[in-house]
Amino acid sequence: MKIDIKRTNETVTYDIPFKSTTLLQALYHIKNHEENSLTFSSNCRSGICGTCAIRVNGKEVLACATMCGDGDLLEPLQYHEVQRDLKVNKQKARETLKTSMAWLQESKDTEIQEEQVSLTEKQSDCILCDSCYSACPVLEVNPNFIGPFALTRVYRYTADPRESDIKTPIDAIQTNGIWDCTLCGECTTVCPQGIDPKMDITMLRATSAQFGYSDPNFQAMDFGFGGGF
Amino acid sequence: MVDILIIGSGGAGLSSALSAKQHGATVKVISKAYPTASQTSMAQGGINASLGNVTPDSTTSHIEDTIKSAHGLCDKEMVRWMCEDASSTIAWLERLGVPFDRTPNSKIAQRQLGGASSKRACYAQDYTGLKILHTLYDNCLKEGIEMIEEYMLLNLIVEEKVVLGATFLDIVRGEVQEIRANATIIATGGYGAIYKNFTTNSEGATGDGVASILRAGGELSDMEFVQFHPTALKGSSILISESARGEGGYLVNSKGKRFIDELLSRDIVARAIASQIAQGEEVFLDVRHLGEEKLLKLMPQEVHLCKLHEGIDPATEIIPIKPVAHYTMGGIDVNSHLEVSKLKNCYAVGECSNAKLHGANRLGGNSLLEIVSLGRVAGKNAVEFLSQYTNKTESSTQLKADQDYIDELFEEYPWELNFYDLQNELGEKFYNHVGIVRDNNQLNNTLNELRVIKASLDDMGIGDKNRENNSNLVEFLQFINMLEIGEVVIDSALIRDESRGAHFKEAFPNEEDKIYKAHSIFWIEDNALQNRLLKVTV
Repeated sequence: MKIDIKRTNETVTYDIPFKSTTLLQALYHIKNHEENSLTFSSNCRSGICGTCAIRVNGKEVLACATMCGDGDLLEPLQYHEVQRDLKVNKQKARETLKTSMAWLQESKDTEIQEEQVSLTEKQSDCILCDSCYSACPVLEVNPNFIGPFALTRVYRYTADPRESDIKTPIDAIQTNGIWDCTLCGECTTVCPQGIDPKMDITMLRATSAQFGYSDPNFQAMDFGFGGGF
Repeated sequence: MVDILIIGSGGAGLSSALSAKQHGATVKVISKAYPTASQTSMAQGGINASLGNVTPDSTTSHIEDTIKSAHGLCDKEMVRWMCEDASSTIAWLERLGVPFDRTPNSKIAQRQLGGASSKRACYAQDYTGLKILHTLYDNCLKEGIEMIEEYMLLNLIVEEKVVLGATFLDIVRGEVQEIRANATIIATGGYGAIYKNFTTNSEGATGDGVASILRAGGELSDMEFVQFHPTALKGSSILISESARGEGGYLVNSKGKRFIDELLSRDIVARAIASQIAQGEEVFLDVRHLGEEKLLKLMPQEVHLCKLHEGIDPATEIIPIKPVAHYTMGGIDVNSHLEVSKLKNCYAVGECSNAKLHGANRLGGNSLLEIVSLGRVAGKNAVEFLSQYTNKTESSTQLKADQDYIDELFEEYPWELNFYDLQNELGEKFYNHVGIVRDNNQLNNTLNELRVIKASLDDMGIGDKNRENNSNLVEFLQFINMLEIGEVVIDSALIRDESRGAHFKEAFPNEEDKIYKAHSIFWIEDNALQNRLLKVTV
């Protein structure tokens, strides 16, 4: 089969002499036997380290967990600095974890029920592959948007029974955060772990409302009733 | 200058960093990839602590199980210390926010793993390592710990046996840099990637830290002890966690017959499977009787991996498996303070080290415990001894030497031999001849072949001559590390004419305590590998 790879300066077509192989194995075949300079990132080969996310035919996937198809177009993730070929710099995206303060602020001793763990079980399956970040159309218009994975992580901690300071992270995600999301669900579609950041953002909006926050877009709207009384 | 340089950002490195910071030191964590990409993310089954939340348990039982599995090669005091510390390690992780599963009465859930006399492994579905690692990472961000990504360790900077820091390849820029520190903690992981295509380990488990210690004049020990995990997917070598057997999975051969107690320790189960395969049988893991609902709840990751890599649905089909290299018990020799033997101001912790906890065979659930429990100790010890360190800042020749070598790789080296092909060949040879069952003739042959490859390094080199983001260069440097370590692994296997734990020789099937109840120690002196056996006394 043939695949196209968007390399730094051009898109190149390669022949893959296997009937059935993962994208990662195809990339390694090219690198080991045809072009040593082909550059991509990978590590665990089993879909858990989050290193090898790329775009295939316009959709984010893990190269190690996706079978290669004839005519596939492989590209680097969007909204990341492309360092070379399919390898991207994840540092800017990682900064969103700091901006959103995605950790347990103040841990308290408390009894945790079985079902409370289940509540955020999926969210804590995140492998930080950045697929959702690359799929998010908000980043196209607002490069400072915190983005899906960091917001999911904030939700995961605010919903943790051990957290005794929910307000701090909620305050941190008001600007360039939950209200910028258009709830389009692209993040949910591409997550290899089946996480639903859209739902988590919706939950964070509800929690924000409890702290007196409201949708600034809604406030800014002028329905034509203003100022006449 | 930073107080403590931590090389490696898996569970051991990040636990050390949090602990060192908590004890008042400035810390820098360096990693070859991104911190959350480390091997720790792949640990599935659980982390041991004798909490007794599900079945009665005691610290004494945990100690006894660990010692029994180690086959006489552990330091009992170290084992006792770790097992006693286990509950406070779990409590620490709990405070940091690790989402452990719960029992119906709201205690941390625990499951059975092989070789354990009770349900002892605390878990978070089959994502235990992932969730511990990410929680540690989140806490490092919270504490503002400086983490430098995509720096590959080249060499330690050593003056008169004192480690002053290390040199690194800045992968993004393609430049060699040095980082100095008052103390250095090595937490770079194991060397399982030598068994390429026959290991559950990630591509990065190339023993970079272990090789750097060997070059720096430190000592390695028990390098022959490589654990083979009984159940990896047959085609892809992807791990199927021991919890599959812990929850009641069966091992069957082509005739559908069970042939071993599935919950015995990994060395015994792996050998039983290898023996079936040698007799021409295929071996399968059968979890169908657990039912789809239970499988999806307890092992969602496994179910997904089976479907993806083998096209098998474990709820309705049996899973073809083979044992593959999984964990390296040997490593950098350290004392009870985790200081590296023969070097000063240098610590090692986690899979890269040999803290004499696992001996000849590691118990499932003890490695996650080791990296967190001893990771915290390494951080604390490095800080406690800080005041004793002499703050040497004189210039070193190491940086220049490493810069020259990297420059040479770009400017010269013909690429007449493809090192990727040799790496694949070597991986298969290690699996077949330095694997589950060993034979001195085969070990000698493999050693000779490895030395031939080493001698022809000058004909290899890198095909990619771009400086920036050069993964071809990284992979070549890793290959060199694996050749250096691989030689020690084979040499260690050769001198141990007995069978003990994961090291099994058909010609010498028994444990010979009189000579070999001893750690095998290797170091470089006068440009040659030296060795001695150090009797176990504790």
